Amino acid sequence: MNTPSPALRLELQGISKQYPAVRANDRVSLRVEPGQIHAVLGENGAGKSTMMKIIYGAVQPDEGRILWNGEAVKVTSPAHARKLGISMVYQHFSLFDTLTAAENVWLGLDKSLSLTQVAQRIEEVAHTYGLDVQAQRPVHTLSVGERQRVEIVRALLTQPQLLILDEPTSVLTPQAVDKLFVTLRKLSDGGCSILYISHKLDEIRALCHYCTVLRGGKVTGEVDPALESNASLSKLMIGAEPPQLQHRASNAGAAVLTVSSLSLNKQDPFGMDLHGMGFEVRAGEIVGVAGVSGNGQQELMAALSGEDPRAAAGSITMNGSDIAQAGPGQRRRLGLHFVPEERLGRGAVPTLSLAENTLLTRTETVSKSGWIATGRVQRLAEDLIARFNVKAGGAGAAAKSLSGGNLQKFIVGREIAAHPKLLIVSQPTWGVDVGAAAQIRGELLKLRDEGCALLVVSEELDELFEISDRLIVIAKGRLSPSVPTAEATTERIGEWMSGLWAQQPQSTIASAQA
Amino acid sequence: MIKLEARPQPSKLMSIASPLLALAVTVVIGVLLFMMLGKDPVRGLQMFFVEPVKNLYQISELSIKATPLILIALGLAVCYRSNVWNIGAEGQFVVGALAAGWVAMQAGPDTAWMGKGIVVLVLLAGVLGGMFWAGIVALLRDRFNANEILVSLMLVYVAEMVLSYLVYGPWKDPQGYNFPQTITFLADTRIPRLVPNLRAHIGVIIAVVAVGLFWLFLFRTYRGFALQVGGLAPAAARYAGFSSRSALWTALLISGGMAGLAGGLEAAGPLGQLSPYVPAGYGFAAIIVAYVGRLHPVGIIFSGLLMSMFYIGGELAQSRMGLPKSLTGVFQGLLLFTLLAADTLIHYRVRWQRAAPAVKAA
Amino acid sequence: MDSFALLLAATFNAGTVLALAGIGLLINERAGIINLGAEGMMLVAAIAGFATAVGTGNDWLAFGAGAVAGALMAAAFGLLVIWLNTNQVASGLALSLFGAGFSAFVGIGFVQAKIGERTQYAVPVLADIPFIGPAFFRQHPMVYITVLLVAGVAWFLYRSRAGLVLRAVGESPESAHALGYPVRRIRMAAVMLGGAMCGVAGAYLSVVYTPLWVEGMVAGKGWIALALTTFATWRPARILLGAYLFGGVTMLQFHLQGQGVEIPSQFLSMLPYVATIVVLVLISRNAAWIKANMPASLGKPFFPGS
Repeated sequence: MNTPSPALRLELQGISKQYPAVRANDRVSLRVEPGQIHAVLGENGAGKSTMMKIIYGAVQPDEGRILWNGEAVKVTSPAHARKLGISMVYQHFSLFDTLTAAENVWLGLDKSLSLTQVAQRIEEVAHTYGLDVQAQRPVHTLSVGERQRVEIVRALLTQPQLLILDEPTSVLTPQAVDKLFVTLRKLSDGGCSILYISHKLDEIRALCHYCTVLRGGKVTGEVDPALESNASLSKLMIGAEPPQLQHRASNAGAAVLTVSSLSLNKQDPFGMDLHGMGFEVRAGEIVGVAGVSGNGQQELMAALSGEDPRAAAGSITMNGSDIAQAGPGQRRRLGLHFVPEERLGRGAVPTLSLAENTLLTRTETVSKSGWIATGRVQRLAEDLIARFNVKAGGAGAAAKSLSGGNLQKFIVGREIAAHPKLLIVSQPTWGVDVGAAAQIRGELLKLRDEGCALLVVSEELDELFEISDRLIVIAKGRLSPSVPTAEATTERIGEWMSGLWAQQPQSTIASAQA
Repeated sequence: MIKLEARPQPSKLMSIASPLLALAVTVVIGVLLFMMLGKDPVRGLQMFFVEPVKNLYQISELSIKATPLILIALGLAVCYRSNVWNIGAEGQFVVGALAAGWVAMQAGPDTAWMGKGIVVLVLLAGVLGGMFWAGIVALLRDRFNANEILVSLMLVYVAEMVLSYLVYGPWKDPQGYNFPQTITFLADTRIPRLVPNLRAHIGVIIAVVAVGLFWLFLFRTYRGFALQVGGLAPAAARYAGFSSRSALWTALLISGGMAGLAGGLEAAGPLGQLSPYVPAGYGFAAIIVAYVGRLHPVGIIFSGLLMSMFYIGGELAQSRMGLPKSLTGVFQGLLLFTLLAADTLIHYRVRWQRAAPAVKAA
Repeated sequence: MDSFALLLAATFNAGTVLALAGIGLLINERAGIINLGAEGMMLVAAIAGFATAVGTGNDWLAFGAGAVAGALMAAAFGLLVIWLNTNQVASGLALSLFGAGFSAFVGIGFVQAKIGERTQYAVPVLADIPFIGPAFFRQHPMVYITVLLVAGVAWFLYRSRAGLVLRAVGESPESAHALGYPVRRIRMAAVMLGGAMCGVAGAYLSVVYTPLWVEGMVAGKGWIALALTTFATWRPARILLGAYLFGGVTMLQFHLQGQGVEIPSQFLSMLPYVATIVVLVLISRNAAWIKANMPASLGKPFFPGS
C-alpha cells in the first residue's frame, strides 16, 4: 500500500559514543534527505569516522536513536546495514590484491548471485554511471583510482539508498575528482542519498547540498555550504580562522641534493619501477613532490633515504658526495634526514619509549664503542618533547600511546633538531589534527629559512601549494619538470599527475594558464 | 562476554606477574594430573618444588641442570628478540659437544704441559662447533631465504645422526666393551668443580657472568638495541639503517655459540665422554626457559632454575613415587602454553561486557 | 622390477602421512595462520589412534580418534593465536613441545602393545595388472582417500565461494572483516580442520604405516610437512607431489640399507632431513616468487577492533 514518503532518509538523534580516553561522539545529530549530497566536515579526530561506523553498524552507540526512512532501527552489523540499503566506501580499501575485480565485488555481496552474474552486473552498473571498471583484472594491477572505482561499483551493486564515502578524493587527481563528482551527481539525481566525509572545503562547497560540521565529537554547525566561505567553514571546523603561515620568498643557494637518471626496478611485485628521474633541491628552498599515491613515491623515498641502496652509482649525490648506494646511517652523517610517512612501525617503534626511539636516527648519545648513555638519551627526548610541544606521558611513554599528531611532531622534531642539511619529509601532516599540522608546516618553513634544503612529498596539493617554493609531479615512476609554485595552477598540476607533461625545459614554463 | 581492550602502555606489573600466573595454572593442572594417576598431589608437588632445593647436594645437582639451560636460553633470548627463530639449539648443543669432545680426546702426554688450561681449548671448541652449526642456518637464510625454523630443526636430526655415527663407529672406545661411547676424557680436560665433594662445576660461574654480559649487551649497547628494533619493527630497523643481514648472523652465531658452549660444558663436565645420551633436550627446554624468563637475562635465571626443578622433580618423582619421567615434558610444555596465554594480559585488559541484545529493524 | 614396484607402493604409503599433514597445514596457512604445532599434534594423535586401535581393533575409529585429538589441540592453539593474539611461532612451538611430552606420558602403557597384522588391501582386477597393480593398487584405502581429499581441497579453494572467502581471509583479514565476514571464526575453523587432518596423519602413522607406538615416533614428519607447504607454494596438487617425493626419499633410505649399501646407516637415515633442507633452499631462493604466492597475512596477528 502507499505510505507517505518519509521526510528524511537518515536521521541521527542524540547519538553518543564513549571510548576509554575520549568521548568520540557527544549527542550528535544528523539529518539527511533523500537524494541529498550531505557533507560531514571535521578535522582528524573530530568524530567523523566513529559516526560513520555507527551508521554502518560496525560500532554500537551508547545512547541515541537512528531513524531510517522515518523508522527507528538498530544497525547491528555491516551486513545488516547493507540489507537496509546503506553502503560504504572506505578511505582505505577493503580489496584483495590477488583476486580479480569481479571476485572482489562478489565477496562484498550476498551469496544470491553467481560470479558470472556479478561480472555482468558490474559491466552494467559501470556503464550506467560512467565508471571504467574491467572486471577480470586482478586488483593488484589496478591503479589507486581504478581500485576506488571497484569499491564504488561494489557499493552500487547493493542498490543503496544511502552511500557513504570516506575521504574519497585523497587518492585522485583533480581531473578524476571532477569525474567522480559527475557520478555522484547522477546518483543523487536518481534518489540515492550521499554522505560525503571530507576535510576539503573547496570540494564540499562545489559538490554538496548540505553540510554538518563536527568538532571534538559535537556538531558545531549544520549549514548550506553554498552560503559559506572557506573561512566560515574553517571556523566551525576548528573554532578559529585557519592559521596563516609566514611564507617569505626563498633565497635558494647551491644545490644540496642532485638526482640524475635515477632508474630502479621494483622490488615488490606490486610496486612501481622508477624511470630516469632527475631533479635537484637547493639550500634554503622547499621542493614539493605532488602525485597520487602509488606512482612511485615509496620507491623514490626509499632510494633517497638509503633504505633501498640499489641506485646506480652517481645517480644521487649530496653536496658533491655520491650517496646512491650509501645506507641510511651514512646519509645521516652527511646531513640527510628523513621523516617517513608511516609513523608507527617505521618512523618509530610502537612499543619502545620516546627516549629509545630517538636512538633510531640520533646517535650522538652513543659512544664510539657502542655504549648507550641512557641519561643523555633521556634528556634528548625531554628536550624534543618540550621544544616541539609534544603531548606525551614523558620521555618514557611508549610511542604508540601518543596521538598521531603528537607522534608526528616528535618524529619531525627529532629530525629537525639534528640540524640536517637536507630534510626529506613524506606526508608530513597525514592524519594529523589541524593545530599540529600548522605547527609542523611552520617548523618546516623555519628550517628552510635557516638554509636547509627540503623535499616534501605529499598527496595534499593544498599543503604543497602552501609551503613549497617549487613543485614537481611524480606519475607512473617518472618526474615532471619543476615549476615555481607561484606559476603553477591546480589544473596544470592535475594534468601532470596523470603523466601529461610536455617535454619542456624547466625555464620556459612561464606562461600561466588562465 | 569477555572482551579484550588494548592498553596504551604495556603493563610492567603483568610482565612480572604473568610467568607467576602461568606457573600457578601449571601447578593446578599438575595437581589434577597427580590425582588422576592416583598419587598424593602434595607429595608430588614436594618432589618438584621442595626436594630439589633441600640441601647443598641437591642445589649442586640443580645448578648442573640449570647451567646449560641458562646459557642456551641467553643466546636464544637474543635470537628471539631479533625475530630470528633458532629452534635448533639442541643440534648446536650436540655439535658443540662433539667439537669439545674431539679436543678433549686429543689430550695426552703431548698436551700435559697445558695442565688444566686445556679446558679453555675444550670449551672454545664447543663454542666454535655450535657457531658453525648455527652458521649453516644463517648462510641458508641469508643467501637462499630458507626458513630458519625448519632448517635449524632439520639440522638437529642431522646432528644427532652424526653423533650416533661417531660413537657407534670411528670414535668408539676400543676398550669400551662395544658400548656406543667414546673414551672417558682425561682428568685434565674435565671441567673443574667448584667444591670438592659436589658435582657443581665452574659452568655456574660462567653462566652468572654470561647473564651480566648479556644484560649489558641487550640494554646498554647500540648493537643490542639495533637487534631488538629489527625484531620489533623491521621497517623501523631498515629506516634506521640497521642491517638485517648482520642481525641474522649475530643472533645465530651468538645463540649457536652459547648452545655449543653448553654442549662442551656438558660433555667435558658431568658426562665426561660422548655417547648417545648427549642430547638431553636442553636445547628445546631452553626455548621455554627463554620465554618464561621474558627473554630477559635476569628473568632467565629464575626460569632456568624453575625448569631445572622440573627436570630434577621429574627424576625424583619417577624414582620415589613411580611417576613417569615424561611428566617433566608435560609440565614444561604446559608452562609455555599457559605463559603465552597469560602474556596477553600485559598488552590487554580483560573487561566483562554484557552482550547487547540485537534488535532488528521494525 | 618387482622390488621397484614395491618401492613405489611403499612410497605412496609413506607419502600419505606427509600429504595428509601437509594438506591440513595448507588449509591453516591459506587462512593466514602458521601452526608449528604439527609435530606435537601428530604425536598425540598417533598415540590416540594407536590406543583406540588396541582397544577397539577398528582402524577407522582410530583415525577418528586421531582427528579428534588433532582438532582439540589445534583448538587450544587457535584460542591462543586467534582470540588472544599470541605470537604464532611461539604458540606453535609450545604446542609441539607439549605434544611431545604429553604423548610420551600417555603412551607409556602402550609401548609394547601390538595391534596385529594389518589386513592386505587390494583393488579388485586392477591389483592384478603386472607392475602397476602391486605399485598402485595394493594400498590401504586411506591412501586413495588422501588423493581424493587433496583433489577436494583443490576444488574447494579454487572453485567454491567458501574457498574464495578463505583465501581472502588469508590475504587480508582486515578487508574481510570490513566486508562483514567472521574472520576469527573462519580462521578457527581452518585451524581445527587442519589439526584434524594432522591428527589423521598421526593416527595413520601409528596404526597403518608402522603399527606400534614409540615415543617420538613421528620423527620430524610434522616439520617436514610444514616445509611441504612452502615447497608446494600453497597449492594442493603440489603438496601431493612433494609428499610422495619425500616418501620416496624415505623409502630409498630403507631400500639402500636393505641392499647392504656401504654407507653407514646414520647417513641414510639423514636423507629425509637433508632432503628437506635442500628443497627449502631451492624453493625459497626466489623471494619475490614466494612473496607473490604466500598468503599475505601469514603469521601476522589480526585485531578486529582496529
